[in-house]
Amino acid sequence: MKKNWKYNLCWLILMVAGFYLINTLMLTGVINTFLENMLVTIGINIILAVGLNLVIGFSGQFSLGHAGFMALGAYATGIMTQTMNSAGGFYLSVLVGVVLAIIVALLVGIPTLRLHGDYFAIATMGAAEIIRIVINNMKITNGAAGLFNIPQFATWDVVYIFVCLTTIVTVNFIHSRDGRAVISIRENEIAAEAMGVNTTKWKLSAFVLGAATAAIAGSLYASYLQTIVPSSFGIMESINILIFVVLGGLGSITGTFVATTLLGVLDAALQSLGVLRMVFYAVALIIIMIFKPGGLFGKWEFSFKRLLTKKQDGDMKEAGKESK
Amino acid sequence: MQTFFQQLINGLSLGSIYALLALGYMIVYGISKLLNFAHGDVYMLGAYWGYYTINYLHFGFITALITAMIVCGLAGVIIEAVAYRPLRNAPRVAALITAIGVSFFLENGMSYLVTSDTRNFPQVIKRKTFDLGGVTISNIQLIILVTTLILMLGLMYIINYTKTGRAMRSVSTDYDAASLMGININHTVSITFALGSALAGAAGVLIGLYYNSIDPLMGMTPGIKAFVAAVLGGIGSIPGAAVGGFLIGLLETAVQAMGFSAFRDAAVYIVLIVILLVLPGGLFGKKQVEKV
Repeated sequence: MKKNWKYNLCWLILMVAGFYLINTLMLTGVINTFLENMLVTIGINIILAVGLNLVIGFSGQFSLGHAGFMALGAYATGIMTQTMNSAGGFYLSVLVGVVLAIIVALLVGIPTLRLHGDYFAIATMGAAEIIRIVINNMKITNGAAGLFNIPQFATWDVVYIFVCLTTIVTVNFIHSRDGRAVISIRENEIAAEAMGVNTTKWKLSAFVLGAATAAIAGSLYASYLQTIVPSSFGIMESINILIFVVLGGLGSITGTFVATTLLGVLDAALQSLGVLRMVFYAVALIIIMIFKPGGLFGKWEFSFKRLLTKKQDGDMKEAGKESK
Repeated sequence: MQTFFQQLINGLSLGSIYALLALGYMIVYGISKLLNFAHGDVYMLGAYWGYYTINYLHFGFITALITAMIVCGLAGVIIEAVAYRPLRNAPRVAALITAIGVSFFLENGMSYLVTSDTRNFPQVIKRKTFDLGGVTISNIQLIILVTTLILMLGLMYIINYTKTGRAMRSVSTDYDAASLMGININHTVSITFALGSALAGAAGVLIGLYYNSIDPLMGMTPGIKAFVAAVLGGIGSIPGAAVGGFLIGLLETAVQAMGFSAFRDAAVYIVLIVILLVLPGGLFGKKQVEKV
């Protein structure tokens, strides 16, 4: 821990600097409501995409049900803040959403994580659809009409802080001993099992952590937009999140950040194109998979450590990365 | 008792659509080990082909059905050649994402071209209902059942008794061995996609006739349900996929008849999860052993 303080300090400075940059631009009026909306959407998508990247890119389990967990968080906040209209109520609802998502992820994950590849994808997709259908038919969630007039507690700064927090937790998980166990499952499940890695346990923990961050993103989404309908948490939303992850690179958090920001800006710029935009995304997805299956960044990560310690020979660099 | 038979007939009609889709899904999955998400969208293309040819070219039902099958078969071949063939040796996840991309492309492309409005499918056959002792059956339901049976038997004949069918079976059993035996893999996979997509196209025209409404996103849920049907019946078994399709249709109708129509789709997904856990091989499938 001690030998990493320099690099951790760099990251902290970067985060604080980013915060003040946005804050000043906001105060000077450079960022108007439209841009703020764009930034918040990007932030929420980053939380979702980082969580999904953990599940797909690092543990290698192809989950197509991310939007279902997002819905849990969104509805927890939507319902609870209507009776507890205070910041404390909002944070409590985030917590309830996370706990709910963890419980559901365990219920879904324990049986389905035994499945492989395509079957797991379809099963998680089915589970997410079941969540959506149940929400669609409950009284407390106001059915298909959805909830509106949700009090707004998630301003841009709250979203920014949550983006930093969830990313720190996820990245630290990946770099820990447990994270290496998760990655070993992606590389070769049978070999990992033979080496004594409890594959079910680590697959499940990655899945649950991904679900928990998705619930946080859902809460922020509900509180920022103030309106939620069940139809916005369908399979299309899951695929949207998947596009961010795939474009950035399965297994690269840096890539996820870049891809989400890029697509968020493109989205705002190309709003007038409507459906045609989706056609471009679909074509981009196919082309990237055919010509660069690793995504834009592959498994490459930006690291202050590599930047600061001058180029040594390749082996040292690898060793340095491992011991972080 | 009357309601039971009435629901049975309704369930079988819906089930035959799923069975057609499931058969196509299954042979494609069997040969390329690829979850073809775009299968449901090919079915949507078939429905739109029927819509336009009947409305503007004044095709009859049979002509519309056959041309839809040819066009969708071609679409399937093109999709395979452009999107899936370059990825045949890539990791499974890459192929799966490409399939999602193709599906996304077809859905949004059609939404862009023909708008996302729901349209009324032209009623090219006059709806008549027959009364069989209190149970009504429409001529459209009969047409759906008969067409499905004919296509199913045709597919079974092609797969079991022709040279192409033997090539298809051998490629799905062992890819490398088949290519060493001189089977043209690309050719066989193309034919499989053509057959599967043609069945989907036929199902599209039939569902248009049955439900009378089509829209660009209509293929998404039936596509997944067809996969559920194929898993239920057991991947790799043709009668299994057909039985699975009929069972899913019956289940949906039963859930609807019991007054839980809102949970119709949820019931299908629950069946999927239960089947995958209890009987991963499906009803008629073979057990597979994991090897290093």
